[in-house]
Amino acid sequence: MSLKRIDLLICCGSGCISAGALKIKERFHAVLSEKGLTNEINIIETGCMGPCDYGPVMVIYPEGIFYKKVTPEDVEEIVTEHFMKGRPVQRLMLQDEDKTIAAHKEVPFYQKQVKVALANCGFIDPESLEEYIATGGYEALGTALTQMTPQQAIDVVKESGLRGRGGGGFPTHMKWKMVHDRKEDQKYVICNGDEGDPGAFMDRSLLEGDPHRILEGMMLCAYSIGASQGFFYIRAEYPLAIKRIKQAIEQAREVGLMGKNIFGTDFCFEAEVRTGAGAFVCGEEMALIHSIEGERGNPTPKPPYPAVSGLWGKPTVVNNVETLANLPTIFVKGAKWFSSMGTETSKGTKVFALTGDIKNTGLVEVPMGITLREMIFDVGGGMIGGRDFKAVQLGGPSGGCLTAEHLDVPVDYETLKARGAMMGSGGVIVMDDQKCMVNVAKFFMDFCVDESCGKCPPCRIGLKQMYNILDRITKGEGREGDIEELQRLGETVSKISLCGLGQTAPNPVLSTIRYFRNEYEAHIKDKACHTKVCPDLFHFKIDKSRCIGCSLCSRKCPVNCISGSREDKYTIGQVDCVKCGNCQDVCPVKAIDRIPGVHSDVSAHKEEMLKQKARED
Amino acid sequence: MKTLADLKKIREKAQEEMKLRGSSVRIKIVVGMGTSGIAMGAREVMKTFLEEISNRNLTDVLVTQTGEKGLSSLEPVVDLIEEGKPKVTYGNMTPDKVRKVVVEHIVNGRIVSDYVVATGN
Repeated sequence: MSLKRIDLLICCGSGCISAGALKIKERFHAVLSEKGLTNEINIIETGCMGPCDYGPVMVIYPEGIFYKKVTPEDVEEIVTEHFMKGRPVQRLMLQDEDKTIAAHKEVPFYQKQVKVALANCGFIDPESLEEYIATGGYEALGTALTQMTPQQAIDVVKESGLRGRGGGGFPTHMKWKMVHDRKEDQKYVICNGDEGDPGAFMDRSLLEGDPHRILEGMMLCAYSIGASQGFFYIRAEYPLAIKRIKQAIEQAREVGLMGKNIFGTDFCFEAEVRTGAGAFVCGEEMALIHSIEGERGNPTPKPPYPAVSGLWGKPTVVNNVETLANLPTIFVKGAKWFSSMGTETSKGTKVFALTGDIKNTGLVEVPMGITLREMIFDVGGGMIGGRDFKAVQLGGPSGGCLTAEHLDVPVDYETLKARGAMMGSGGVIVMDDQKCMVNVAKFFMDFCVDESCGKCPPCRIGLKQMYNILDRITKGEGREGDIEELQRLGETVSKISLCGLGQTAPNPVLSTIRYFRNEYEAHIKDKACHTKVCPDLFHFKIDKSRCIGCSLCSRKCPVNCISGSREDKYTIGQVDCVKCGNCQDVCPVKAIDRIPGVHSDVSAHKEEMLKQKARED
Repeated sequence: MKTLADLKKIREKAQEEMKLRGSSVRIKIVVGMGTSGIAMGAREVMKTFLEEISNRNLTDVLVTQTGEKGLSSLEPVVDLIEEGKPKVTYGNMTPDKVRKVVVEHIVNGRIVSDYVVATGN
């Protein structure tokens, strides 16, 4: 038994690591040994605690005190004041309006969250098998192996109502049942950890923060379907996740939780890690399977589905990381408990990566059916700087944008789909009134053009054409009929593309046209970007009544297009301006504004150039 | 590991290691670790508590600390807080007294009245 009196949990999710968590950990080791406290205090690296915006964060038990934005310089004070004298450091605690919040569990960010998949993330040491077992780990597997038939295990999943968390929302038990019913000597289970949506990091945090849970989930699936071999397909950009899963497999093997005759039964299982090379399309299950086989990671037509002919032609279940993470808890707490959360069609909880213009960015797990308003304003803390909410993008490049009128929509698979967005894997990008929706659509289209594998023409050519039109619109060269053309192309690409990438790639464009058509029209007809984002569709203007003639803007202009004097004040030469924004940044009296629309000098100049070109021709 | 019983054994041992993060605590020992407490040997007192608890394998006892309590002349001061009972405060503690408190109060449930300086909140 240990002499420890304090557990210091330092969040070592990738967010906090990049904010300097490892340096803080080293500093703690140094200061503790200097003061002779090493034997009394446990330093534990945990997975992502969630509130990434406050990073690096830590929680100190037994009191459960939460510190945010800790720097290596703060370490000495924490040790001498908190650890030695028992006086927690107030200034590192969370301030909510005029209240100081000391306890981890009272942080408002956690209040509406229900942690199932993330239960251990940020609470246990992910590199310790013992800590996972202490929280009830591998009990589900042991019980299922010794007391249930595979069919009974599938029935538990069926009763729980669990659906795939990777985006599609296919009922998990149906996938399992199909493979279970196939009579084959070899079957496989694959964990899809090829998370590629911009701004999404749910799977990474789960793999890094609680690897044994995913492994146990995979084995529960393997037992139910009769597979003896599993593969973790994790993208190479997640080195820590790969390391932790490999370590978890080793630890499980050492104690006999993997290998032959697990829990003294006939069940034998081996798992391996395969790394993806960074292609977004490899998150598509057929492409993923080919990638594991050593082939080019391209999708192939379905059917046959992987459940019939998957990896090396054998029946295969491909489950997302989060789907597997839910399984151990479903088996321990029961299907009824799980299905008591959520809506009629979508049960349980969902992990989301909250990003964008909100106060509390980070990783959250909320019950299905929560409204977008609760998620964005209660959990996310509302918009930065009190700005107005404009739109929320759900489901990454496959999803769509919803607006303020949808804030009270419950989050579940069907409701989101009906409104042109989708659950997706769980990326949530919140945007304030300063975001240009045409530009957002262009960003996602650019991503999909890059990531299209090029196998089927609708996706390869169609997306590129859509991108070209969007690019023209944002450059002020939009034409009458562009919106209709985008819709026509989008609908066609959706219908006839081979795989999910192409079928869903037009969604961001179609949904922004649906809800923000006026912005597209302003870009095309008025040649104006009212959010002042698209550089070709706004201009800078110096307000002479506010200008003090200090000449700073003129001196900082990289193209020397600002002229004037102290008496006459300064003016921007619009034709040469490159819209870098330097002048606006340096102006000491904020006399420079962005004005939507093209300046008359510029349009006149453009016309002149066209005429000249016509004369030369 | 071959059976659920084996798993349970590992779990119980591991839960023991993680008890600081749990909530199954019967008695909480709060050592006053202000400047005067430390000057009078509160660190030694706390270490002795930790050692004794460890040696006796007391799994439901938690040692924590607090700052100055205002009883400077009686330092080191230690509170024993038991669920549903009035708080007991011991003063002028030494490692030897700690050993006695652990045996009498924590293990056998008999308050060592000779060392008590206050009770209740």
